[in-house]
Amino acid sequence: MDAEAIRKDFPVLHQQVNGFPLVYLDNGATSQRPLAVIDEVKRFYEEDNANVHRSVHTLGQRATVLFEGARSKVAQLIKAPSPKGVVFTKSATEALNLVAYAWGRHHLVPGDEVLVTEMEHHSNIVSWQLACKDTGAVIRPVPVTEEGTLDLEEYERLLSNKTKVVAVTQVSNVLGTINPIAEMAAKAHDVGAIVVCDGAQALPHMEVDVGALDCDFYVGTGHKMCAPTGIGFLWGRERILENMEPFHGGGDMILDVWIDHSTYNDIPYKFEAGTPPIAQAVGLGAAIDYLNAIGWDAIRRHEVEITRYALERLAAIPDITVYGPKNAENKAGLVSFNIGDIHPHDVGTIMDGKGVAIRAGHHCAKPLMRKLGVSATNRASFYIYNTSSDVDALVDALESCREMFG
Amino acid sequence: MSDLEDLYKEVILDHYRTPRNRTKIEGADVHLHRDNPLCGDEIDLYVDIEDGKVTNVGFEGRGCSISQASVSMMTEKLMGLPVAEAEELANTFKAMMQGESVEDEDSLGDLVALQGVQKYPVRIKCALLGWNTFLEGVKVHNEKHGS
Repeated sequence: MDAEAIRKDFPVLHQQVNGFPLVYLDNGATSQRPLAVIDEVKRFYEEDNANVHRSVHTLGQRATVLFEGARSKVAQLIKAPSPKGVVFTKSATEALNLVAYAWGRHHLVPGDEVLVTEMEHHSNIVSWQLACKDTGAVIRPVPVTEEGTLDLEEYERLLSNKTKVVAVTQVSNVLGTINPIAEMAAKAHDVGAIVVCDGAQALPHMEVDVGALDCDFYVGTGHKMCAPTGIGFLWGRERILENMEPFHGGGDMILDVWIDHSTYNDIPYKFEAGTPPIAQAVGLGAAIDYLNAIGWDAIRRHEVEITRYALERLAAIPDITVYGPKNAENKAGLVSFNIGDIHPHDVGTIMDGKGVAIRAGHHCAKPLMRKLGVSATNRASFYIYNTSSDVDALVDALESCREMFG
Repeated sequence: MSDLEDLYKEVILDHYRTPRNRTKIEGADVHLHRDNPLCGDEIDLYVDIEDGKVTNVGFEGRGCSISQASVSMMTEKLMGLPVAEAEELANTFKAMMQGESVEDEDSLGDLVALQGVQKYPVRIKCALLGWNTFLEGVKVHNEKHGS
């Protein structure tokens, strides 16, 4: 894989920020978009734009074919048995809320337990808190070890016939840890619990097979994998989705409507009330094609390589604390760190002054921040267009921080 | 001067490295804990008020240099001021940080150093954390004791 060649596909990368060439290392927050996606969204608006599933006219049919084509591409990407299990949402967050609302509120009863790991993003915590508040179920945290991995012994101890849900991220957005979902799912299924896997940070970076992961629900988002914002998805086992109550009521999710009752459409449409983000879904389809063409093995190899180099160079900086696994093979392409007691917001601002964009903050993972004993961290997260010279720019900018605050 | 040097002026770095009045005041008339949920900046502000005057100010906290330097500078400024004047100063400072034209800029003294933060909109709330906490504390105090 040639990252230098890939860079050419991303117009936004070719600019100066504060007098320095932009070094974009905030891919965990959102990735950039290649021309293939930008052009396809533009082309869709210029040539095919119409609403989906309703209109019999030509544009309506074209839009529907493209929208459903994107659904099939998502299904193939995650190796789902059929596109019927793929529900489009506006984000991974909305997909998690859909499960907590439409499954959680109808299946949880007082005394039930929802296991949530300490490394979850707020979206896989708070949505379950809301479901628990309404049902009388309780949340049990699965702890994170000193090494930044899940405490699997404690996880097994926590599992019981009271456990109804295991909410776990495939990849930690702070630590980069890749969790053993299949192993955890097998144990969860032994006690009759369902597994809700957050793939937001995994899917853009590695090959995903929901069958092999053996989870019951999997969520992803487009904007972290070269697609527009405003499009995400939920995949669920079809027999579970079929037995679920709807999420939102409205057009497209019904078969028939009387003034006092309705019958609902089949899955996945039962969960897609209202006009969906059509151009965004078309853009997601283009993004999947783009990434498939690069190849998932190549993407993963590139990220392991750049992460290994970043870990190596960062380790040589005095006063640095790197959080999470230190072995690039065991983590996704991101590094979280703090330098001495310089607050991440100061680091982030000084880096920006050098054209280097990183994330500084709590990463929507406050329980994990508390566990790490910090209020915030810096995070550099890599993608297909980042090169070793981006890592060098990161390290040079960190030296400027140390000079200013040293 | 670059924007960065404008932001991290020596006086700000000095207050960050050597905070003034960084101490808990036991039994203070006003004690509030406030944070910026987005940044994780947090402070505990302690204020003693006697005969309508700010007689003692202290703080504890952690966060970025801007938040901690701003509150350190604030404690020096407020010490000994009549409460009404302290509130006025806080409001003048807030107006400056929000880019409004300020008539009485002289009253701000070296607080003007924090003006560089204006170019970084997401950091303005860091600079205001201490001041907003003070204004809120005074309000609570006045409600309890009458102004």
